[in-house]
Amino acid sequence: MPIEVPAKESIHPGHLACPGCGAVIAMRFVLKGLGEKAILAIPACCWSIIAGPFPYTALKVPVLHTAFATGGAVASGIRAALDTKGDEETQVVTWAGDGGTFDIGLQSLSGAAERNENILYICYDNEAYMNTGVQSSGATPLGTWTTTSPVSMPKSTRKKDIMQIMAAHRIPYAATASIAYPEDLVRKVQKAAEIKGTRFIHIYAPCPTGWKVPSEISVRLGRLVVQTRIFPLYEVENGVRYTLNEDSVGYLIDEYYKLQGRFKHLERETLDEIQLQVDEQWDRLKKLAAL
Amino acid sequence: MKKVLEGSHAVSHAVALARVKVISAYPITPQTHIVERLAELVANGELDARYIRVESEHSALAAVIGSAATGVRSFTASSSHGLALMHEMLHWAAGSRLPIVLAEVNRALGAPWNIWADQTDSLAQRDTGWLQFYCEDVQEVLDSILLAYRLGEEISLPVMVVFDAFFLSHTYEPVDVPEQEKVDQFLPPWQPTEQLDPLNPRALNQLASPEYYMEFRYKIQQAMEQALTSYPQIDGEFFKLFGRSYPLVDRIPAVAGKQASLALVTSGSITGTARVAQEELLQQGVAVDLVKVRSFRPFPLQQIREILGGYPRIAVIDRNISFGSGGIFAREIAGALASLPQRPQLYPFVAGLGGRDVTQQSIAEMVRRALSDAPPEDVLWAGLKA
Repeated sequence: MPIEVPAKESIHPGHLACPGCGAVIAMRFVLKGLGEKAILAIPACCWSIIAGPFPYTALKVPVLHTAFATGGAVASGIRAALDTKGDEETQVVTWAGDGGTFDIGLQSLSGAAERNENILYICYDNEAYMNTGVQSSGATPLGTWTTTSPVSMPKSTRKKDIMQIMAAHRIPYAATASIAYPEDLVRKVQKAAEIKGTRFIHIYAPCPTGWKVPSEISVRLGRLVVQTRIFPLYEVENGVRYTLNEDSVGYLIDEYYKLQGRFKHLERETLDEIQLQVDEQWDRLKKLAAL
Repeated sequence: MKKVLEGSHAVSHAVALARVKVISAYPITPQTHIVERLAELVANGELDARYIRVESEHSALAAVIGSAATGVRSFTASSSHGLALMHEMLHWAAGSRLPIVLAEVNRALGAPWNIWADQTDSLAQRDTGWLQFYCEDVQEVLDSILLAYRLGEEISLPVMVVFDAFFLSHTYEPVDVPEQEKVDQFLPPWQPTEQLDPLNPRALNQLASPEYYMEFRYKIQQAMEQALTSYPQIDGEFFKLFGRSYPLVDRIPAVAGKQASLALVTSGSITGTARVAQEELLQQGVAVDLVKVRSFRPFPLQQIREILGGYPRIAVIDRNISFGSGGIFAREIAGALASLPQRPQLYPFVAGLGGRDVTQQSIAEMVRRALSDAPPEDVLWAGLKA
């Protein structure tokens, strides 16, 4: 169901992202959904740079830049402080990349989720450590080239299922979103803002620089990743109630893989293995959503 | 009001008196009694604050960085391995110029495991931009928490109140607990100059290029220097209200009005034992002046030179070691004295590591060694097994 996306922009011109950066599109729509009564905690990630160096900032909301592993903890502290001031209106948002969420920040995220801290945690996922130069992370898919998983020995394990991990914490709300579905993304942010407790949104955010793709196909990839069911759009409430948001067409994964330099070396055998994994994950989600 | 309090509980009550709003901590022996009592005070409504039970010390300090950056008085406590895990965030707290107070119970680091007193944990955090005050007794621990908030908030830097495992953390002493009204007078609500506020959006801690970074560091050094002049005024005010004073460096002469031929430099709870040793030695005809160093950061270089520069000999007892160098207080003192044209002979003792007892007898033995004809060495071990 299409919804109206607020026209107000909360990003100033002059940010430092690469052309076609999915992380900026993600931030733009998240802030549209949140409005300006929000405080962001940004652990080390591309956005530590994108937001601009001292004395500038590209964001119209307050930001606390912080160390890599601290996304969940710093946000918990900001929330506690606002609570002592009686400010229940301001949203406290952690804005972290996949490295800061799947890997080094997982512990503090898990701690915050276990305490059911009243925060919105957003992971924009570009599937590797892009800010440091495309090193492999726990979010990097099977078979991917990165600078630490070279073509001669690409990533040998599949992407960590962060949504399952978050669902296992039984937090009130977890959702996936893609930059190519802005209405869906904004709706999820607005829905999350209405819920108390830990809310988690996992946003697919392409990185043309690290994925070796032309900068103009970011949005196309954001659509294909959903249409191929590689990154299904869904919500999980209280860890158990699953809702699938897009009845994906079910294109073969090749439509998505063939466009990207980071997958260029993949042979049929690996692609078939990935297709099987994608089909199996889709079946599992459909079953969970039918419960 | 006089109460008999355990050192750890003295901290908890001081935190309540300071009207701290956010506490976050992770348990580690021997810090646990501090945070257990605080959790109780919050739970029973005696302290109107939020207590965040985090999953690590790294997160504990991160959480209070978040709350302090939102303009709210915040507290954490740790020890040893916990403080080591906080190391990264210690830099972030100071770099963010947040006046967080951390109660640090000096405990030895592994390997091998050891839970007893040793100062190497906090001294290893020397360069993080935190002030560090070393306490002699439980009263000083309690009072230091209040002084730490007052000073930290004035100069916008975080402060560690440091005291020995078990010798102070788990020891009961009679303590004068200040009245809330007087504490409120001494420590009014914190008025931060910057904070996270959607009505006045700012970015904190964003990338500072080589064009700006150095000035950020310069300002921290300036704040440390300012602490040296602000502290005596604040301490004076504290004395007027509560009748107690804690100089950054304190000289306790063996005989009033006279200077002995040896100054014995101590910090932490060893100072209390050294006071007894000083009396016993005087009865035996050996005069030793005692110099208690309370502030390690900022290190009161000028006062150290003024107080110690005139002695022919000084002995330093370090319950810590920087491997490959020696006792850490001794090395700092040697550095302070280096600019003098004539310098005392330095006897740098390393003693009491990992909680080994430093008794008045062992202190007397160190004094005798420092007064003997033996040439000074870079590291003198005391109480070492053969």
